[in-house]
Amino acid sequence: MNGPTFVHLLWPKWQSMRSRAVKTQTGATGRFALLGVLGLAFWGIIFAILYRLLVYFRGISEIGPLLAGKLLGLILISFFGMLLLSNVISSLSTFFLAKDLDLVVAGPVDWLRFYAAKLVETCAHSSWMVILMAVPLFTAYGVVYHGGPMFVFVVVSTFIPFLIVPTVIGSAITLILVNVFPARRTKDILSVIAVLSAGGVILLFRLMRPEQLARPEGFRSLIEFISVLKTPTSPYLPSEWVQTAVMSWLGDEPDALPLYLLWSTAAAFIVIGALIHRALYAKGFTKAQESGDRWVRQSIFSGIFSKLLSPLGLVRRELVMKEVRLFFRDTTQWSQLILLAVLVVVYIFNIKFLPMRGEGVTFFVANLIPFLNLVLAGFVLASIAARFIFPGVSLEGRTMWLLRSSPLSMRDLLWSKFWVGTIPLMFFALALVFTTGVLMKVTDFIMIVSVGTITMMTFAIAGLAVGFGTLFPRFDTENAAQIPTSFGGLLFMMSSIVLIGAVITLEARPVFSYLASKSFGTMRDPMEMWIGFGAAALLCITATIVPIRIAKKRLEALEL
Amino acid sequence: MIELKSLTKRYGSFTAVDAIDLTVPKGELFGFLGPNGAGKTTTLRMIAGILRPSGGTVKIGDVDVSENPMAAKAILGYIPDRPFIYEKLTGAEFLRFVAGLYSQSGKDVEHRGRELLALFDLEEWRDELVESYSHGMRQKLIISSAFIHKPDVIVVDEPMVGLDPKAARILKDLFREYTRRGHTIMMSTHTLEVAETMCDRIGIIQGGKIRALGTMDELRSSSASGTEGLEQIFLKLTGENAAREFVDVLDA
Repeated sequence: MNGPTFVHLLWPKWQSMRSRAVKTQTGATGRFALLGVLGLAFWGIIFAILYRLLVYFRGISEIGPLLAGKLLGLILISFFGMLLLSNVISSLSTFFLAKDLDLVVAGPVDWLRFYAAKLVETCAHSSWMVILMAVPLFTAYGVVYHGGPMFVFVVVSTFIPFLIVPTVIGSAITLILVNVFPARRTKDILSVIAVLSAGGVILLFRLMRPEQLARPEGFRSLIEFISVLKTPTSPYLPSEWVQTAVMSWLGDEPDALPLYLLWSTAAAFIVIGALIHRALYAKGFTKAQESGDRWVRQSIFSGIFSKLLSPLGLVRRELVMKEVRLFFRDTTQWSQLILLAVLVVVYIFNIKFLPMRGEGVTFFVANLIPFLNLVLAGFVLASIAARFIFPGVSLEGRTMWLLRSSPLSMRDLLWSKFWVGTIPLMFFALALVFTTGVLMKVTDFIMIVSVGTITMMTFAIAGLAVGFGTLFPRFDTENAAQIPTSFGGLLFMMSSIVLIGAVITLEARPVFSYLASKSFGTMRDPMEMWIGFGAAALLCITATIVPIRIAKKRLEALEL
Repeated sequence: MIELKSLTKRYGSFTAVDAIDLTVPKGELFGFLGPNGAGKTTTLRMIAGILRPSGGTVKIGDVDVSENPMAAKAILGYIPDRPFIYEKLTGAEFLRFVAGLYSQSGKDVEHRGRELLALFDLEEWRDELVESYSHGMRQKLIISSAFIHKPDVIVVDEPMVGLDPKAARILKDLFREYTRRGHTIMMSTHTLEVAETMCDRIGIIQGGKIRALGTMDELRSSSASGTEGLEQIFLKLTGENAAREFVDVLDA
């Protein structure tokens, strides 16, 4: 007996995907249309940027094609890194933690077909984003360098093995890790590694100050520059082979060797991967059922924290304590804080190097930039709120039976989510604005405006996050990281951007008047101050309260 | 103690619960039976205030669940059929959290929590995260949580699923003692032996309507079943004995 075929094993996944796509929900068409427009806009922007850049490169004789090739190589190597990391994480779910595994593993399924099916699933899960990004990339190269219709086949035939190799390596790494640690612990370790490596790359990139590399005086001669460009960055990586295959086709000198290397490597890797799978999977799968030591001792901080929260009353205190415990015990949640810290360092680092003093920088400009800095700070806050506050209600999904059957008002639930998110966000926002303000040596007026505005905006953004998170919940998801990228998350980000824009616009007039009066001695109208700042405050208060009120009604009417 | 009047739940054109009238008095252990998809869970979820009825009323004590949900829920404990709990809390923390939802805390709650966990052999697991609990252990924890605030009424959906024989026995004794003390329990179950031996009265629901209601003797007489057990009565009333011949099925 041969058991089910490879296609049969993938059929439920394909069918589920299809039903998700055709599921008719209220407003589904509108959502798809909006996502489609946004997707096309995203493609359009990437294509436009690359097109301009490549047209510019094409105009430079000798080094133009070399630069284009180097750029492609750099992009592909980052793709390769992303693919490797996401395959390691995805294969943990597909091979070890997925719900269908008990059924499939218990069935008379041939190990090789099982491996192949899971490999395809892992590859699809972790590669779709890279494929989406690759479309405008290769289109731009094909259009600028006149690749012709056959270019599509060249790209597809090089890209398929390019996707296979990291899938096999990633799943093999996971298989080995699971054989060493229990799967749930491995998940924790992997999420920390993933976040740390992402943070490390950003930090390194920033500390290198790439803008300085563009200076031609960095190289002694043109020949040295060309020789650097001609040297392969990573001759043993599939990214380099894809680059060589694509660029040789576009340079009218098709080279079959990279294609041969790509396919033979992919084939060899599949064979090796399958052998490792046969040797280690059964043991790894057994180990994946373990969860390791999960003992939790009551810490002294828990007692102190509980005492500190006692003025809130018992119900709210318990809700807050629960939120905090769940957050810090979920590695996938708190590990994001590391990335956040890195981004903040980069942000402050950039502010520190802004040329805020010297020739041409007037008092007016030196104070206007810190004011506009609020837009960026607001955007950072919205991104954090999308990651940490927006998913709050969705994460209650499966335990909603408990909250709904208890005498807990949905108002208390939502406001506890609001405060648990807002207080740390507020500390962060104030620290960010105050530090950047001090670094830019702003006047007292701008500092007061900045601190006041960011305080109001934090409330409003958190209110919007709780509101939109409740109106567009994702109760079915198992991965909290997917919630902010949902349709509701997108709407929340858009609303936050509109809010930030509106607040800054309302405050622009009084700030401008103040700075003009200080710089040029013009008259100030106090009424203008009141109206501008008053309207901004009113907008923020509305954006805080109204979404939560709507969310409360929605939550009370929700049928689970 | 539980009073349902014309309780109805519709999902679009489908009527899951169709104008049910039912009263479960104080101190009664009421068994709620029915085939899969008959409307048992929907009814219990409406009583627990999780679902809003499309029509009719639910009263716990004298409190209308729709009009005064907080007061009604304060005297109710609900045990769902699927044990979803916060994975990253320990058993002890979960019980403390649930007690907090009912505005209860302090030494009494801690003591009661310990006693309940010990009763279900979970004492050793109290400081371990729920994510490492088995299905049965989660079920035991949820049952413990329904008792932590000493509710007057307990609504329980399929309590025996996933429980080991010892825990199942403990639960039966606990339910009996609880109702003996004047509290009320409404329990849905597919374990007919449990319903037959434990419940004071039984209601059988099918297609959203109550088909039969009464004590075992009353059910026997209403279905003209002589001395037959609950299984036969159930099959007779729900028409399930008109099933296909096994031979036809197995030879198919």
